[in-house]
Formats: sequence, structure tokens, C-alpha cells
Amino acid sequence: MNPATPAASFLLLASRVRADEKRLLDAFERRGMRYEYLDSRTAWSPLHQDARERRLVLNREIGHARALYAARALEAAGHVVVNSAAATDVCGDKWQTSVALRAAGLPTPRTALGLTPEAALEALEAIGYPAVVKPLVGSWGRLVTPVPDRRTAETVMEYIAALPSPQSHIVYAQEMIAKPDRDIRAIVVGGELLGTVHRRGEQWRTNVARGATTEAFEPSADIVKLALAAAEAVGADIAGVDLIEDADGRPLVLEVNDGVEFSGFQRAVGDRVDVADRIAEFLMTRAQSCFE
Amino acid sequence: MPNCPGCEGSVALEENPRVNEIVECGECATELEIISVDPVELAIAPEVEEDWGE
Repeated sequence: MNPATPAASFLLLASRVRADEKRLLDAFERRGMRYEYLDSRTAWSPLHQDARERRLVLNREIGHARALYAARALEAAGHVVVNSAAATDVCGDKWQTSVALRAAGLPTPRTALGLTPEAALEALEAIGYPAVVKPLVGSWGRLVTPVPDRRTAETVMEYIAALPSPQSHIVYAQEMIAKPDRDIRAIVVGGELLGTVHRRGEQWRTNVARGATTEAFEPSADIVKLALAAAEAVGADIAGVDLIEDADGRPLVLEVNDGVEFSGFQRAVGDRVDVADRIAEFLMTRAQSCFE
Repeated sequence: MPNCPGCEGSVALEENPRVNEIVECGECATELEIISVDPVELAIAPEVEEDWGE
């Protein structure tokens, strides 16, 4: 991973330039930032060679495995990566995220890790039904499965046991929260909350990638505090924090996303905040503190 | 306007296209990747992989 132009100070790493990455590149240019774009599909990293010039890297690689190893390789070469490899590692794994949130004393749904599908059945009995089973590493709500009762759980575990990857057999199980028809997405950049939106969808999974709609709202002090604390707990400088409210209206942290997709959020908040510009501003501030 | 490598229809692009930008063919809805901008060349975008996305 040897960028060709030593004069550039910033590097945007991605393999897919979506609307979000276009906004980020536009923001870099508006702010006059010297940057280079690197297609991560062409990147390779020599072990025995440090970077000629340290860069501040914005990691926008869409695939978790590639994002994680890119961050590790770039940090090993002496660059500063946002988000860090450690944060990408924690955020990319639901169990690690839950452990970090619990260690910070933040409220989360009751959760258990079954080391085999059989053990997960026992864990689900302890959690109680209805519950949710999620892949440890997954995105856009893929394979997140509602489990209303023991009979369904047994069938789901049979399917999980038949999956080829050993990691798939480790089961993340969580109580199903009787939430309103919405959840909350908060975006945090550099320890500041940029805003909060409600996400509503026809499906029970309220991912924007699954067609959920977004609507900005003024967060309570509890939600602000929780979103900031969740980003800090996983060490993410740029974080998409997902929260839900339980039947009593108490907010719980579900997960923290390191590769924040913000198109739906931006549509909802309109001119109130420019997420890409705030990320660019944060990177410039961070570069000053790292390199000057 | 460049042509879609899937259906050969013309693909309208926004101003300031970027390398690796993802666009959709208005005729066949295939997801396309801009692989060069001068001149503009399009390729079928890579399939979504299991660990993609937030």
C-alpha cells in the first residue's frame, strides 16, 4: 500500500464510490485538502517497509475483512487510520461490540454467545422467547433471524449447524426488544453527535439498505449521552450508533457501525448538518494533532 | 453518453463522474462501475459480497 504521490496528506481508501464517498471527495476538494484516492482492490502492503510519509487514511472500504486488514496494514506501515484497526475489529464483530458496551456500563439487550448451535439452544432458553439470532459478522441485517419459540429455534440451529464456516456455528443470541415501529441511528464524529434519525421500515429489520425511511428528531439527553458513550466504548472516531427503545422508552445500544453509511441520515437532516464536511473537518483536525 | 456493457443502452451520468463510482443503467437496471473517466468506460459492478456494508 504505497500511495504514488508523497505530497498528499490524506488518503481515502475504498473500492466502491457510492454517493457517500462522492460527498466525502467533494468535501475534501471544497476544503482544499491534499488527498489521494486508493482503490483497495489494487492495494498491497510490504511488511519490511515503512511509509515514506505518514498519512491520515479514511477507511471507506465496504467489505469488513478487507477494511480490517487494510487498517492493520496501513497502521503497521506508520499511517493513522480512521477508524482504527482496533475499532474496526470491535465494530465488525457483534459479540466484541457487546462486550465493549457492557464494559463501559451501557445498557444493551440481554445477549449470550453459544459456542455451538446446541449450546445456543440452552442460551436461548435462558434469554427467553421471542429472541433474535444474528451472525457474529454481518451487515445490512443479513441473516438476522427472529426466533419466536423453541420449535423455531431448533430448526434455525439445524440450518446454522449445516453452514460450512466454523465461525457460523458460533451463535450470537439476543432478547427481542418489543420496540416501537422504529429504531434510532445516531452519527458521532470526533466525539460530537451530528444528529439522530428515526428509521422506520415495512420490514422488522429497519436498515436503510432494506428500504427503511429516515426522519430527523431532537434526541433526549439520555440518547445523546448514550450515543457518545457507545462510540467511545468501541474506540470509533466515526460511528453510526444504533439504538432502540424498550417498552418503557428506555434507550438501549444495539450496535456501533464503523463504516457509516449516511445517505439516509443526510436526506433526513437536510441542511442542518453536512456529514461529509464534518468528517473532512475532523480529519483535518486529527491530522494536525497527529503530524504537527 | 457511454453504453451499458449489459444491454448496450446509453447510460446518463451525473456531472463530475469519479473512478469506481457506482451507477445504474436506466434501461436494464444493472449496477455499473465507472472504471475510467477520460474517456468514460463502464463495467458491470462487482457482486455484493457477504461482509459488505455496515
